[in-house]
Amino acid sequence: MKRNVNIWSGIDKITILLFLILVTMGWFNIYAAVYNEEHAGLLDISQRYGKQFIWIIASLIIAIFVVIIDNRFYFFFSWFIYGFAMLLLVLVLLVGAKINGARSWFEFGSLSVQPSEFAKFATALALAGYLSTKRQELTKLKMIIPATAVILIPALLTALQPDMGSSIVYFSLFIVLFREGMSPYIFVSGLLMLILFFLTLLVNNLSLTIALVIIASVLILIATRKWKMVLSGAAVFILIGAILYLLNYYVFKRFSKELIVFISLLLSGVAYAYYIYTRKAFSVLIIYLFLIGSILYVNSVDYSFNNLLPAHQKDRIDILLGIKSDPHGTGYNVNQSIISIGSGGLTGKGFLQGTQTKFKFVPKQSSDFIFCTIGEEWGFFGSFVVIGIYMFLLLRLLFLAERQRSVFSRVYGYGVVSILFTHVFINIGMAVGLVPVIGIPLPFFSYGGSSLWGFTILLFIFLRLDASRTEYMV
Amino acid sequence: MKDAFVKRKFVIITIIVLASLVLLGRLFIIQVVKSTYRVSADNNVLRYVTQYPARGLIYDRNGKLIVYNQAAYDLMVVPAQTSKDIDTAEFCDLLGITPEFFRERMKAAVNYSKRAPSEFLKQISNETYARFQEKLFMYPGFYVQTRTLRKYSRPVAAHVLGYVSEVDDGTIKKDPYYKAGDYIGKLGIEEAYEKNLRGKRGVKIYLVDVFSRIKGSFANGKMDTAAVQGSDITSSIDLDLQEYGELLMKNKKGSIVAIQPKTGEVLALVSSPDYDPGLLVGRIRSENYTKLLEDTLIQPLFNRALMAKYPPGSTFKPVNGLIALQEQVIKPSTKFACNNGYLFVGCHSHRSPLDLQDAIMISCNAYFCQAYRKVLENPKYSSVAEAYEKWKSYLNELGFGNVLGTDFVNELPGFIPAVSYFDKYYGKGRWKALNIISMAIGQGEVLVTPLQMANMTAAIANRGYFYTPHIVRAIGNSEVIDKRFTTKHVINIDSANFENIILGMEAAVNGGEGKTAGVAALNDIVVCGKTGTAQNPHGKEHSVFIAFAPKDNPQIAIMVVVENAGFGSTYAAPIASLMIEKYLRGEISNKAREKSMLDLNLIQQ
Repeated sequence: MKRNVNIWSGIDKITILLFLILVTMGWFNIYAAVYNEEHAGLLDISQRYGKQFIWIIASLIIAIFVVIIDNRFYFFFSWFIYGFAMLLLVLVLLVGAKINGARSWFEFGSLSVQPSEFAKFATALALAGYLSTKRQELTKLKMIIPATAVILIPALLTALQPDMGSSIVYFSLFIVLFREGMSPYIFVSGLLMLILFFLTLLVNNLSLTIALVIIASVLILIATRKWKMVLSGAAVFILIGAILYLLNYYVFKRFSKELIVFISLLLSGVAYAYYIYTRKAFSVLIIYLFLIGSILYVNSVDYSFNNLLPAHQKDRIDILLGIKSDPHGTGYNVNQSIISIGSGGLTGKGFLQGTQTKFKFVPKQSSDFIFCTIGEEWGFFGSFVVIGIYMFLLLRLLFLAERQRSVFSRVYGYGVVSILFTHVFINIGMAVGLVPVIGIPLPFFSYGGSSLWGFTILLFIFLRLDASRTEYMV
Repeated sequence: MKDAFVKRKFVIITIIVLASLVLLGRLFIIQVVKSTYRVSADNNVLRYVTQYPARGLIYDRNGKLIVYNQAAYDLMVVPAQTSKDIDTAEFCDLLGITPEFFRERMKAAVNYSKRAPSEFLKQISNETYARFQEKLFMYPGFYVQTRTLRKYSRPVAAHVLGYVSEVDDGTIKKDPYYKAGDYIGKLGIEEAYEKNLRGKRGVKIYLVDVFSRIKGSFANGKMDTAAVQGSDITSSIDLDLQEYGELLMKNKKGSIVAIQPKTGEVLALVSSPDYDPGLLVGRIRSENYTKLLEDTLIQPLFNRALMAKYPPGSTFKPVNGLIALQEQVIKPSTKFACNNGYLFVGCHSHRSPLDLQDAIMISCNAYFCQAYRKVLENPKYSSVAEAYEKWKSYLNELGFGNVLGTDFVNELPGFIPAVSYFDKYYGKGRWKALNIISMAIGQGEVLVTPLQMANMTAAIANRGYFYTPHIVRAIGNSEVIDKRFTTKHVINIDSANFENIILGMEAAVNGGEGKTAGVAALNDIVVCGKTGTAQNPHGKEHSVFIAFAPKDNPQIAIMVVVENAGFGSTYAAPIASLMIEKYLRGEISNKAREKSMLDLNLIQQ
């Protein structure tokens, strides 16, 4: 009894309130999204909104159970839970029902369960368990590799289903590693690679290569402040390039312009190798290597994208970047979504008044594109409120995570933040056309028992850990 | 525990806040700044009108148009947008339907979906469309979608072309490109080259008011895409020859296959009885299809050229001759005696003994039985089974026993038994040459399709190679067809051996006394051929004939089979001769013969 009172007094009421608000708003939104005038009752079980109500009640019960369990349970059993979840992920690949070309669900009669939704909090737990028991710092490779493995295993298993959306979510846990000490350079390189990836698709290779050379030259200039050296270096490069170009034009006629630039670069590098060696200008060397690496990266991205990526994934990215326009095919969902959100204007059309929604123009509206209903019926104000609530929730959870004394709880808390953040950003980003279409749910909003329960458990484990933050753990 | 990285929380906070601002920014632009997406408050809705592409046209090898498109109109309805106060009587009157039918179609539409469009009436005629268009505004919720239907310049080549029908649910599930209401080619060129012919769908998005009136293009047409027309197909068919062949085969059962041996292009493919391809177009298609399907006596839908399996009869003798020569068990001068047959295989009366050339000319069964026996009992091999295996491999090279890999749909492989077949039937090691001797004269278990026979004839005409038969010459503006049709298939038999066989086939048509196919001879053109009379356990024998012309530099290789017609020389040979003359000369010299073939009716019941 005493324990119970302690738990209740320690639990963060603000978060619970935000949770209830989101869940309720979500419920009403599903009602609006799939509204069927012949089954107008909010609790009508034959419709999705009736079913969602049941899932919500169940999630509340689950939440209570999660909270009652001793917080040390989560600490000691984190690996078991993780192992069990991984087992389920493997199992679903073997015996899961094949729906829409993917094996992501277990079907028991009319009940379906999606294990990847539960694997998310399990992975966060495992990561927390790992990082809290080791004494070494995350800057050492010996620490990083197992941590990465914990993240990559479920990512890979999910990708095999295939469910790219859920797979990407796991990568968000690198944010946790960052907070716990992993070098930011990894993130910067990751970000650079991402930018370069999209640039490769948008701009042709030659311009990009030349742009990279110019940037590298500027960087060398900044690093060494030797005008003359940089200028003479550029001159050598251009000279070699011109000779090779003329040679190719008149004699070989076979090599592409990009290849000529690349070879000239290599040759000029050789020409300056002596200089670099004697003056020990390491910064120049690093920048130069980076340049070569980027050019190789750009070319391999180009090759892989055009030759290795399956067609429909390629299409999705092309549509996102505006290279391809396909309003009736692959781009259909997104176009419809943008149109319907856009039509909401500042204040929206009002509850149940969304014409795009009403006439069922947005496919998958109760799950992946649930945000459309908000956008269309509540306008910009509605969108602002919803995003505001999510942001508030994330920052609140971050604050709670920071006030934890034990590493385990803090790491887990950050895990919750990362996972929720990724879902919110990608799902809404998808609906407004900023992110390629990868189906992942909007937490607490999207229809579905598995996702709702998964997020509920994710959240409430943390609330439980937070409630006992004053107790000694590890 | 020390926490050296506390400051990093600020980085993460920044990321979260930045991301939220980015989303909000984008939302602001879409919802407040850009009015493009504004669908105004008076309940305008968007209507997506699919732009169906025109299906590619089909031409013959000389550029004559065979298949083209005509416009058709589908009447669509969105039940949620209809009004109860329309004048149903006038509506039905305009469309020529009964009120009961109207109610039935509306019910079906509502059942399908109240809010998504569905077809109310398919393929209304041009006149109906014209009349209805004016009054369309009185009937909210209805609109017209333009489609195209196939039209045929001549009522021929139904089996070659195939037909076009609406795609069914099974296909939609398998291939996500297709949506309900799309058309898809079935059989023939329409199916084999569906991907080229179908083009690409487009879409026009309109703003539509409560009265179903189009108010304008949505977003100024920025989101519209144009339909891409399908590629035209130039087929290898010679339309005049095809038409002529179908005319000759009227009232007979059987088929004709004519190939240009230098390229493998199919000049004509006739399967009789056939039907007017125009029957399987548009609304009447399913009704007519059922009628054609139910005619089990005649089976007009059955493509005999590809799917009927016949024993080749004596037309198989040249092949056996070739193999015997290649295996060096006989020479062209080798003579065999004929005693009105050989052992239990009978033969018609003729002089004896004969050499190879005469044996082909006179079509002596005894000769080839003995030659075949020599092939199977060749001491070079350890057993009859092994020799048979070698014999079978020659046949496989010539294209028998397997599908040829053409671009025809529903090609069948025929049947050349493997060693295991005989082992099972007779017992391993317990069968000899005499058990299967009837294969020497193209009877017994050997089954071939007309296409395979024509292909073999082309291989002989070429003196030792063939190109996989195909029905299409060019796709769109480029001349590139599948590489497999430009790959030469060389037979492992010396061309000298082919020359010898060809001499025999030349003699069969143009030679001296005893020739079986003199009726196929033409002035000024050296035709080489071989007759065949295929035994038919179910009735009268089939009349078969293979030929190619001219002997040097052949331009056409042809195979004709007329079912239940008796000797090969009686009907198949004259028909083949007429076809050859038509193709090479353009007009017929022996009009009387032409008339008798055209008038011949072998389907009396």
